[in-house]
Amino acid sequence: MDDRLAGALGLLPGYAAQHVVLSMTALALGVAISLPLAILASRRPRLRWAALAVASLMQTIPGLALLALFYPLLLAVSALTTRLFGFGVPALGFLPSLLALTIYSMLPILRNGVTALIGVDPAYVEAADGVGMTPRQRLFRVELPLAAPVIMAGIRTAAVWTIGIATLSTAVGQTSLGNFIFSGLQTENWIYVLTGCIAVVILALFVDQMLGLVETGAVRRDGRRIAVGAALLLLGTAAAAAPLLRGSAADYVLGAKNFSEQYILAGLMAERIEDGGHTVTRKEGLGSAVIFRALAGNEIDAYVDYSGTLWSNVMERRDVPPREVMLAELTRFMRERYGVTVLGALGFENAYALAMRRDRAAALGVRTITDLAPLTPRLTLGSDLEFLSRPEWAALKAAYGLAFQQEKSFNPTFMYRAIEDGQVDVISAFSSDGRLAGGTLVVLEDVKRAIPSYDAVILISPKRGNDEALRRALAPLIGAISVEKMRQANFMLDRDTDKASLGEAVRFLAGSLNLPPR
Amino acid sequence: MPARPLIELDKVSKSFDGGRSLALREVSLAVEAGAFIALVGASGSGKTTAMKLINRLLEPDGGEVRLEGTPVRSLDAPLLRRRIGYVFQGIGLFPHMTIAENIGITPQLLGWKRAEIDTRVAELLDLVELPRDYAGRLPHALSGGQRQRAGVARAIAARPRVVLMDEPFGALDPITRDALGTAWRAIHDRLGVTTIMVTHDVQEAVLLADRIAVMGGGRILAEDAPGPLLAVRAPPEVATLMAMPRHQAERIGALTAKTAHE
Repeated sequence: MDDRLAGALGLLPGYAAQHVVLSMTALALGVAISLPLAILASRRPRLRWAALAVASLMQTIPGLALLALFYPLLLAVSALTTRLFGFGVPALGFLPSLLALTIYSMLPILRNGVTALIGVDPAYVEAADGVGMTPRQRLFRVELPLAAPVIMAGIRTAAVWTIGIATLSTAVGQTSLGNFIFSGLQTENWIYVLTGCIAVVILALFVDQMLGLVETGAVRRDGRRIAVGAALLLLGTAAAAAPLLRGSAADYVLGAKNFSEQYILAGLMAERIEDGGHTVTRKEGLGSAVIFRALAGNEIDAYVDYSGTLWSNVMERRDVPPREVMLAELTRFMRERYGVTVLGALGFENAYALAMRRDRAAALGVRTITDLAPLTPRLTLGSDLEFLSRPEWAALKAAYGLAFQQEKSFNPTFMYRAIEDGQVDVISAFSSDGRLAGGTLVVLEDVKRAIPSYDAVILISPKRGNDEALRRALAPLIGAISVEKMRQANFMLDRDTDKASLGEAVRFLAGSLNLPPR
Repeated sequence: MPARPLIELDKVSKSFDGGRSLALREVSLAVEAGAFIALVGASGSGKTTAMKLINRLLEPDGGEVRLEGTPVRSLDAPLLRRRIGYVFQGIGLFPHMTIAENIGITPQLLGWKRAEIDTRVAELLDLVELPRDYAGRLPHALSGGQRQRAGVARAIAARPRVVLMDEPFGALDPITRDALGTAWRAIHDRLGVTTIMVTHDVQEAVLLADRIAVMGGGRILAEDAPGPLLAVRAPPEVATLMAMPRHQAERIGALTAKTAHE
């Protein structure tokens, strides 16, 4: 079997279990909130108007944005509960995903519920009163049973939406089938993307069919159909969730941002921890700002970040000290301020760098940025979309007196195309970028150290600071990964043709490091 | 001194749409126990409104409704309704319940035992002349006439003293209507219940009821036994209405005589 497919299928049960538990819990919660609300709203026109307006409004917020909004909201709530009760609530993972999905599931249930309940033939309502039912008996014995088919249709819609949108919860650190899609998109692993999509479709179809059975049962007043549909739904959920019960809480949680290098490093760290006989779950595809707070909040145990990023984003420093000084200050700051351990630098940097085509650099006699500076009025710079507005560029320009004839911004993929075609002469690259490993490009040395260091460093959460097993597993990686090795591993995922799987890239990197056997 | 009437409407008024349309204007009516009274009149005359005040499906704006001397306003509405049978216009059987469940609903609400309810349902199916194996069927599997027989059975399931009927046979074809009307009159007599029937069909009222209250414009225009109402010189609105069955009967009589003559 194709290695990538085997990898995907290996991850499938775990991802599917998380996905099913998340979306079914959200759906159940959505039903539990929306149905009583629909009942109240069907009796009170003003509440009806307000509830439907709010639910519709929520629906117009893009799914990813709604998930993202819950993160700062829960952070604030957590700060409040910590102050009041001495414990916080998790701002990442299951809780924000659950809340966002629940809100998403509400509109169709609410709207169908209200429509169905106010649409019950008044003759039956009067008959219920006439035979002596109390309002409560009327609701449960007449109105709800008669409204059931339309309500069920709403629940079906909500189920399909919830299962689809649950894929986005990966972005806030909740494992789901979206992990296939997010990591597959980043590493251009289409087998992963397809596996994720197909699994979501199958799941949605199954749940929809089972709910459909319940719905037709409700229409035909066929209790057996309802029972079979509901039973299969429960059994299916239980079966899908079973992998969670086996290895419920993993020993360690590793984080990764959303690009190839991060996935590879998380994979490498996971392999080392698992070799020590511990279980690991990975929260991948996290945003830069989210991931550090998740670590500081003990929601993940370790991940790789870059000194320059933490220097400017977390420490809010603008000066550019030498590499060792920066690392030392960072280590002290992290320990004192957040209780976070900087285990050490892996050995390579992922910094902004200027790169040229090897032949062009040779022809012009350029080896360093100092060599480049006097030539810039005749050259064109290609950059990614944000480089030109970043402080690194301002620092670089000032330090060397760069004055390019023209500056053009590109999407990264097109930036590499542009320099290959000779449309631009110099590009802003990332020093560990796999595409620098191909050999056609050469990085110009920053002799004046104008660009801050972006040493890749392993961070360990406050809770795990003294965890010997974790330190033992990760310590050998410190200083062990050269920028060439990292580039090669990254290139395996980032090259346009003959892409390797994540597993292959991890194995390649692990194999090339000469790590001590455990 | 005569016995206290079973049901009394005492100067009741009722308006809808926040007082803009007046449905009843100080209507008074006394119904003796065991009576069969028909409320007749054109649509909008207030006959249905008057009847619905009795089991509190509607509440009067003024005046008082009494059942056995007790103001119904002081009684719990659901409990009151379980004591009063009700046959709905357009039948009103619950479509998601079987015939047996429909018939047994009020006894069930009253907390009868399962076995008692089953026995009662069987007894009632016999009484309204429906086959016993219809018990497990859903209402849509029955014809209109059969459904209204079930509706009648449901109304009397908990042995009420009073049965209210709102255009009970209005939606049925003439033959079924006649058969059901006659059947109900027989049941009424046999059980000794008190019937208040709202109908726009004067002929039906004349043939079934002991007393007829003719309503118009939210008032009772006349109230008497059918015979006197047909004979006596009444106010024009009453006379026009009451003359209808007689005219029809005369025309049918003439037609029959002519056919026999030929």
